[in-house]
Amino acid sequence: MATLKSVETKYLEEREALFRGMRNLDRRSFLKVSAAALGATAGLAAPHSFTPVSVAQEPAGAASQPAFRFAYISDSHLYTKDVNDRFVRGLLRAVDDVNNLDPQPDFVFYGGDLAQLGQVDQLELGAAILKNLKAPLRIMVGEHDWYLDLGQKWRELFGEPTYSFDHKGIHFVVLNSVVEKDFWTERKMTPIERMKTVAGLDNGLQSSFTVGEPQRKWLETDLAKLPDDARVIVFSHSPLYKLYKKWNFWTDDADEVQAILKRFKQIVVIHGHTHQLLTNRIGNIYFHGLLSTAWPWPYAPEGMPELTIQMSRPDPFNPNDGCGDGEVRVHPDGLVDKVYSLWNRNPITVSRTYLASMGKEDIPPKPNRPSY
Amino acid sequence: MNQSLMRYRGRLAVLGGLGLLLAAIVAGCGQETKRQTAAKDSAIDAKMPFGSDADDAQPAAETDADKAVEVTSCDGENKVAVDKDLAGAELAQALLAQWKRDHPGRDWVADEKAAHAFNPPADNADVLQGGQSKGDVYGNFTQRDLVTWSRETEKFVAEGSRIFHGGDALGSTVGVSCDMCHPHASNTHPETYPKFQVQLGRVALLRDMIEWCIENPVRGTHLDPDGPTMRALEAYIMAQRKGAAMNYGKH
Repeated sequence: MATLKSVETKYLEEREALFRGMRNLDRRSFLKVSAAALGATAGLAAPHSFTPVSVAQEPAGAASQPAFRFAYISDSHLYTKDVNDRFVRGLLRAVDDVNNLDPQPDFVFYGGDLAQLGQVDQLELGAAILKNLKAPLRIMVGEHDWYLDLGQKWRELFGEPTYSFDHKGIHFVVLNSVVEKDFWTERKMTPIERMKTVAGLDNGLQSSFTVGEPQRKWLETDLAKLPDDARVIVFSHSPLYKLYKKWNFWTDDADEVQAILKRFKQIVVIHGHTHQLLTNRIGNIYFHGLLSTAWPWPYAPEGMPELTIQMSRPDPFNPNDGCGDGEVRVHPDGLVDKVYSLWNRNPITVSRTYLASMGKEDIPPKPNRPSY
Repeated sequence: MNQSLMRYRGRLAVLGGLGLLLAAIVAGCGQETKRQTAAKDSAIDAKMPFGSDADDAQPAAETDADKAVEVTSCDGENKVAVDKDLAGAELAQALLAQWKRDHPGRDWVADEKAAHAFNPPADNADVLQGGQSKGDVYGNFTQRDLVTWSRETEKFVAEGSRIFHGGDALGSTVGVSCDMCHPHASNTHPETYPKFQVQLGRVALLRDMIEWCIENPVRGTHLDPDGPTMRALEAYIMAQRKGAAMNYGKH
């Protein structure tokens, strides 16, 4: 069905595209935009029009164009609307953002923690909202979705949490990296007590996240058929490395999982859970974090990866600051440009060349406020 | 606004604050009260006869049901029926006695420490050294003093941690607690206050920012600046920045 757009809609879209382009202007592009603007004022273009020009955003030295892109939304931590409508509005906003992408991404990846306390009505609400996405959805589980009924409702809604799929020559793997060993039976916790314990980021009664032996076996089998130069992107809710144990910014068997990924020439791991700009590279493995639609976490007080350029401390007076969603631009070599579309700030792109050059090229903007 | 009106408003605020404080004392840490027959196993002997509710159309004869108030304790689960004339320390002791009966062998400070590890208070062993304090009434401390200081200070901070990590304890109406943005009280930077808080357009203290968070993201109700909740929250946040250099005005 053809989409009819009003004059106002077209005007706003063009205006937005112009300003989005202007954020990354280099000199040559500036001249291009100026010429277009001049043309517009000289009456060469329709008087209503901003004459959108495609501004070169490709970083210097990066000849490659993305082969395709997918969008992401993560960590919405939904309560039902009657309890907390702000988190619900966060997810709705992200769905709008993604639905407004033109052209549409190939698919939308949801990074886990759809619910705050894994309750049936929270998960059902999240599933209902995500049904509004125009592009196909791929979803991962987070600990907030899991520890009330140990995945029963999540599985019913979304299927098994561990799976893989292929898309345009890339092999994608989705893991459940929030497997904790039983800390609840001995303490005689009820399901909601167990859920609330895991839901507390700084709650020390819980265990550490793991991928676990069965999933590691599955991963090995799943990847066995691929050659060493295969292009692979792995999704895990927690970072698949050891950053800060006290907040479970951590996967306890990360070393074992990394050992499985080691044979590939280069491989990308994308994780949720940390609610912030987070970048790391360990040998051939390139790590990227996801933003949350609910709230940003502070940075870990120790163990920060050198490649991470932190986002400035969020404004506590603006509940959307530091939150957002984004895009992942997948290049033909299998590496990605990771776009953090922050709701209250300019978007920040962490390019594949930044990681490939170990932080020497295409350095993202540095923060002006400390995170303490 | 003229001076007299401001003074008048100031007095109103003070009166309001006193009213809240009184209400808090009367209710203990209870969240809801309702009239009920005193429980048989309650430590409190309901002896005080009292009049019935003001909204009762026909004052009825005094019954046992009129003598007790049911108070829900801080954990939101335990209820205890107490004499409605009881207040302050007596009420708190009654509630604590009930909690101890329901949780034999439990130590809430140890529980809180296990769940949300917080910084220990300073060691102070040095005050037992040296010879100057011999015969000095103020400075003549013993190991027992040190244990008392440490235990009491830690208990105060543990209470702050408990409130900080509990949406219900904070009075949140939207299921939000402090730790959801500030795990282990990170990013609270108490050492930077007082400072000009741009968003408020004035100089703020730590407690102003706590109050702001309570009223906005937490969607709770105003905290008495000198009340036990605010004091405990301040204590916990300060404890967690142990060792940070004071640097007021830092943005």
